[in-house]
Amino acid sequence: MKAISRVEGRAYPVGLKNIDTDVIIPAVWLKTISRVGLGKGAFESLRAVPGNVFDDPEYAGAPILIAGDNFGCGSSREHAAWAMADMGISAVIAPSFSDIFSGNAFKNGLLAIVLPQAAIDRLMEVARTDDIHIDLETQTVTTPFQDRFEFEIDPFRKHCLINGVDEIGLTLKSSDAISAYEAKLSADRPWLAPNQV
Amino acid sequence: MSTPQTLYEKIWNAHVVEQRDDGTCLIFIDRHLVHEVTSPQAFEGLRAAGRRVRRPDLTLAVPDHNLPTTARLDQNGQPIPIADPESAQQLEALERNAPEFGIDYINASDAKQGIVHVVGPEQGFSLPGTTIVCGDSHTACHGGLGALAFGIGTSEVEHVLATQTLQLTRSKSMEVRVEGELLPGVSAKDVVLHITGVLGAAGGSGHVIEYTGSVIRALSVEGRLTISNMAIEHGARAGLVAPDDTTFAYIKGRPMAPAGADWDAAVAYWRTLATDAGATYDKVVSIDAADIAPSVTWGTSPEDVLPITGIVPEPSAFADPSKQEAARKSLDYMGLTPGTRMTDIEVQNIFIGSCTNSRIEDLRAAAEILKGRKKAANVKWAIVVPGSGLVKQQAEDEGLDRIFTGAGFEWREPGCSACLGMNPDKVPAGERCASTSNRNFVGRQGPGARTHLVSPAMAAAAAVTGRLTDVRELAS
Ligand code: SF4
Repeated sequence: MKAISRVEGRAYPVGLKNIDTDVIIPAVWLKTISRVGLGKGAFESLRAVPGNVFDDPEYAGAPILIAGDNFGCGSSREHAAWAMADMGISAVIAPSFSDIFSGNAFKNGLLAIVLPQAAIDRLMEVARTDDIHIDLETQTVTTPFQDRFEFEIDPFRKHCLINGVDEIGLTLKSSDAISAYEAKLSADRPWLAPNQV
Repeated sequence: MSTPQTLYEKIWNAHVVEQRDDGTCLIFIDRHLVHEVTSPQAFEGLRAAGRRVRRPDLTLAVPDHNLPTTARLDQNGQPIPIADPESAQQLEALERNAPEFGIDYINASDAKQGIVHVVGPEQGFSLPGTTIVCGDSHTACHGGLGALAFGIGTSEVEHVLATQTLQLTRSKSMEVRVEGELLPGVSAKDVVLHITGVLGAAGGSGHVIEYTGSVIRALSVEGRLTISNMAIEHGARAGLVAPDDTTFAYIKGRPMAPAGADWDAAVAYWRTLATDAGATYDKVVSIDAADIAPSVTWGTSPEDVLPITGIVPEPSAFADPSKQEAARKSLDYMGLTPGTRMTDIEVQNIFIGSCTNSRIEDLRAAAEILKGRKKAANVKWAIVVPGSGLVKQQAEDEGLDRIFTGAGFEWREPGCSACLGMNPDKVPAGERCASTSNRNFVGRQGPGARTHLVSPAMAAAAAVTGRLTDVRELAS
């Protein structure tokens, strides 16, 4: 995972709630066996509407997206996070995220920042004209107009994001504990070993 | 006496390998199901890092999402090549990766092949009290057996392949209690649509839901799988139904399930899992069975649920301004006018299938309505896609296929089919589909497709009349 601690720049003011993963990246784009190149299919149905923010030159290359409640609900496709990263987005700010999406975002160094609706409303306003700044170290979102919103983040996730930690590598350090658990499991619940098909 | 625990707490506690100071746990995964769409990048990651699959014996791979549902073998018994080059490439990747990493693979023309969430329970791979993951959000389905099952992303698929564990924080717990007796014409699908309407698409967010109450207890395992399948549609991390004698009877004798003395030990363990008297949930929601009608969705979120007797809502009737906006967009996409009776909405397509409703009981319920009837002239496309080759065989043994084809349905090979617009089965833009799947999202069944989620019996009823229909009008 690449390390990330600050994001600043323009933000796509999307604002809608329940933006599902089929909207972020439709299924027809999931046939790839690669993690890159999905930006082309991102938000296809929203982009089909004339005057959408994604094709507005005002927001070209914006690293932030602002959305409503329950962002990323629906399928577990990590392609949603890959597609957003591929189009240059590094952070999403919303009042809530689906559990699976926020996990996928985290694994890809994409910040999923939770702020209350009132803060979202204010940021939607600022996003139309000015940059937004996100600082992971201080857990704050700020604007050029002295707005300052603090957000919560799981300390472990924060540590991994700032240091670009390889999570599998980290877990493999616990190999002995996993082996010990497996040994205990075969003793306690030997019937768990599946018969092969 | 020890503190009373919920089913969720018991399963969670039995799987903690390590706990960190901040509460994050390393959780052991008992079963990992793999399909072609969310796994290629995970295997690629393993190869790049020189890592192996830690427990291939706990991993099972089966293709489903991409597979066309037309004939798989030609007259000479040879596999028919897949026309779409990208789908073919993704399927080939799984076919290569599974043996390379020592994982059992059920191939496309094997009778055991099917939708991953149908195959797991059917093979006895999915068991009560286990942790089950799959790179697919409807993994919650297996919770119908009393397993803690949830969808994961591709990075987590790679993590489980490499370590057989996941780093997780414990979710909150919620009880959704459904008491009473179901009214005629109401199935498990209607129950879960109703629950989703009550909770909202994000209502279960951050929670693992245990479905309890007399209605759930009385359901078959198939019905429980249907309910738990859609836990994700009300935002829950996972759904659970406590295992009981109904569950054990379903599992006994399945190929990968414990047998002999192992069986008795397993059942003894499973009996200890039920939520203890006095255990508390973070949230409790009670639902009266008498309030549940045959249900249907009108919009583009699974929370947009109405009884079939309802009328298309006026967006301004919603209290929340962002929901008003969403409703306006939904109605525009769905081509619906507020005030229209749901039963006046014509449908051109019928899809009976998906991991929500493609098991034998679902096909029986649909066939029951279609017996001796034909689809209406305005229904252009009606397909039945059994959840697995074994479901297909059983349905054919019972003569259900002839009822379907006699009514003008196509009888297909197992797979995800028109549940998602990824394989050749798609609903044309601007047309409506009465669908037994689980998502009515914009574009889910194909670009511009308009989905109305219903039960199998309701889908069959809609096929007969050519419009959304109250199944009670057709029931014998
Ligand atoms: S049937 Fe639909 S919901 Fe189920 S696994 Fe396939 S695509 Fe996902």
